[in-house]
Amino acid sequence: MNLSEVHTGHAHQFEDIEQQHEAGTLGMWAFLATEIMFFGGLFAAYTIYRTAYLPAFETGSRLLDLRLGAFNTVVLIGSSLTMALAVRAAQTGERNKLATYIVLTMILGAAFLGVKAFEYEHKWDHSLIPGLKFAPEGEDLLQITRWHAGIPQVQLFFCFYFFMTGMHALHMIIGLGLLAVLLVRSLRGNFSTHYYSPVEVNGLYWHFVDIVWIFLFPLLYLIGGRY
Amino acid sequence: MHYPRIESHVHYLNVNYGIRSWLFTTDHKRIGLLYLASVTFMFLVGGLAAVLMRLQLVEPQGTLLEPDTFNKMFSTHGIVMIFFFLIPAIPAVLGNFLVPMMIGARDLAFPRINLLSWYVYLVGAILTLIAILNGGVDTGWTFYTPYSSTYSNSNVLLVGIAAFITGFSSILTGLNFIVTIHKMRAPGLTWSRLPLFIWAHYATSLIMLLGTPVLAITLVLLALERILHAGIFDPKLGGDPLLFQHLFWFYSHPAVYIMILPAMGVVSELITCFSRKRIFGYKVVAFSSLAIAVLGFLVWGHHMFVTGQSVYAGLIFSALSFLVAIPSAIKVFNWTATLYKGSISHDAPMLYALGFIGLFTMGGLTGLFLASLATDVHLNGTYFIVAHFHYIMVGGTIMAYLGGIHFWWPKISGRLYPDKWARFAALVIFIGFNLTFFPQFLLGYLGMPRRYAFYPQEFQVLNVLSSAGASVLGVGYAIPLIYLIWSLRYGPPAGPNPWGAKGLEWQTPSPPPTENFEETPIVTEEAYAYASEDHELV
Repeated sequence: MNLSEVHTGHAHQFEDIEQQHEAGTLGMWAFLATEIMFFGGLFAAYTIYRTAYLPAFETGSRLLDLRLGAFNTVVLIGSSLTMALAVRAAQTGERNKLATYIVLTMILGAAFLGVKAFEYEHKWDHSLIPGLKFAPEGEDLLQITRWHAGIPQVQLFFCFYFFMTGMHALHMIIGLGLLAVLLVRSLRGNFSTHYYSPVEVNGLYWHFVDIVWIFLFPLLYLIGGRY
Repeated sequence: MHYPRIESHVHYLNVNYGIRSWLFTTDHKRIGLLYLASVTFMFLVGGLAAVLMRLQLVEPQGTLLEPDTFNKMFSTHGIVMIFFFLIPAIPAVLGNFLVPMMIGARDLAFPRINLLSWYVYLVGAILTLIAILNGGVDTGWTFYTPYSSTYSNSNVLLVGIAAFITGFSSILTGLNFIVTIHKMRAPGLTWSRLPLFIWAHYATSLIMLLGTPVLAITLVLLALERILHAGIFDPKLGGDPLLFQHLFWFYSHPAVYIMILPAMGVVSELITCFSRKRIFGYKVVAFSSLAIAVLGFLVWGHHMFVTGQSVYAGLIFSALSFLVAIPSAIKVFNWTATLYKGSISHDAPMLYALGFIGLFTMGGLTGLFLASLATDVHLNGTYFIVAHFHYIMVGGTIMAYLGGIHFWWPKISGRLYPDKWARFAALVIFIGFNLTFFPQFLLGYLGMPRRYAFYPQEFQVLNVLSSAGASVLGVGYAIPLIYLIWSLRYGPPAGPNPWGAKGLEWQTPSPPPTENFEETPIVTEEAYAYASEDHELV
């Protein structure tokens, strides 16, 4: 969408701005269906192996830092709130509020990634990186032997931990990029009460990435607590 | 005879010139032609690999290729033909050109995403070509673990990444079609008036959107396992290599329907036009496309009957696979019923369509052998399978693709091609195809395994027949390439509707203007209203 299109109303292939808005929204929903299938492959594989190697997965879960995971969950839900408020501000045409909420969302998103990076580093220090450096020792090793989990299967759990949270973090990074573009456009005054669908469509994406985490958090962090 | 350049009106080809006007175009028609050029090139690359294989197999102890090279040839052939030709061929070329025109829209919903999809395809294709030139890949197009993840020394990573990337071009195309068909139909064009080409592309788009991402994540997992030397398919960690096959076929079986559904859409257009009849049972044909798309997601396990999958799973997958035969047969019967008492003309596109029906039926029926648990044990991994899927994918998809290219070429280029040559080529391709692949059914039944560079002496006659057929087929493919290019300059002007066909795309000049229609058309009748004139006479 370039500027001239914004000022004349809608892109040439559409009949009116409403059709354009509907197409954009449907397009994002269709894309999210693709995303669900993309993550779905991972979730299906996770389910199969968790069923097969429950003790190892539970032990792996206990080796994660529950407090950091919970903190990040709160951060991300907060970012969904600010994103929703940004969409509302766009609809009512409050430009300053819109920019503020986008910035807030970006700060919370970046905070999430910062905590995630800290967690990854922690796992590196504890030699819990599948393939590259996997040799649990000390307290970690004690946990694994206490729960009679096989070390290879715990490594399998960490494959899932890194692949799933890594894929999620990648989506967060893409989301931050999209928000940066949105911020520039909102500062330029591109959006109005008549034209705000990019804000809404980006919002859909952001909420989706958030919801993926809402599933990841219990499946990865909370399954070790039943003993 | 030399006809003058078509200068009479401003259309999408002469509206502006130069390489930039093509590389930065957002016109769905130009993007369709960009795809046409790229898939044709990739077809030649994949074809070359096939030529080398068939030459090797002329002799039982062929000396043309080392066994390792032979492995790379069938892998290259499969990867290039499937990911870079068969999957994009009809949707990205004909679909791109026709979906907006058939529904009376000025363009697809997201023209720039459409252009992006072509660049994504291009990146995938270039990476694949680099991998091929850099030593190739030897896993087969299926990338089965643990060979692909652990043991193969070839360019698995690069080709995997290329297939991953190309998948997104497919996803973007499907997404664009779905939104366009939902939101941009001309006034009066209700769902029950849509051409069956559109229904078929809608069903195809659903598979692209919901199936391709599963392949994408599977390839990511494979790539990570290759890089990290640990991953979820790794038996050393308790991982299951068979899980890769499940995930792979969850996409790759529906991918067969990505190839054949658009072909069925093309055939519905051709059969109605050249028999001057309404389609027999419009609604059933339309919904059978959706039924195939849905059922296609439930049958992946029939690729794994002999892998150690549970017998009960095998039983269910077998039964579900038989179910796919129902909507497929509905289509074949309804096309045949459409022909009944039609005023049939045998123009080149119609010959391709009739060829399609015959070859697709053969391919479909032999699929039932493979869906049966007991016979599959004997036939799995033999040339019977090779013959079966070539009847569907080559005999089906390529026949329909060529039929469609011949049908809409006057619209695309504004020129007519020499009809006699076109009919001759259709005949040569049909004969060459059967000569190439029918012997392979026999070879497979007799027990010749696929993917081997050598074979016992007793199989030579059938192999020589097959290789001979391949050369006939090659000639058949070369002829249209020559006269279609020739027609661009020397063909007589086609006029808006050379076939007297129904459908919105024929109500606008050939070649169409950039925005397709002078003003948005209003639809007042159902699709294929061919018989309406006759009814008026009665």
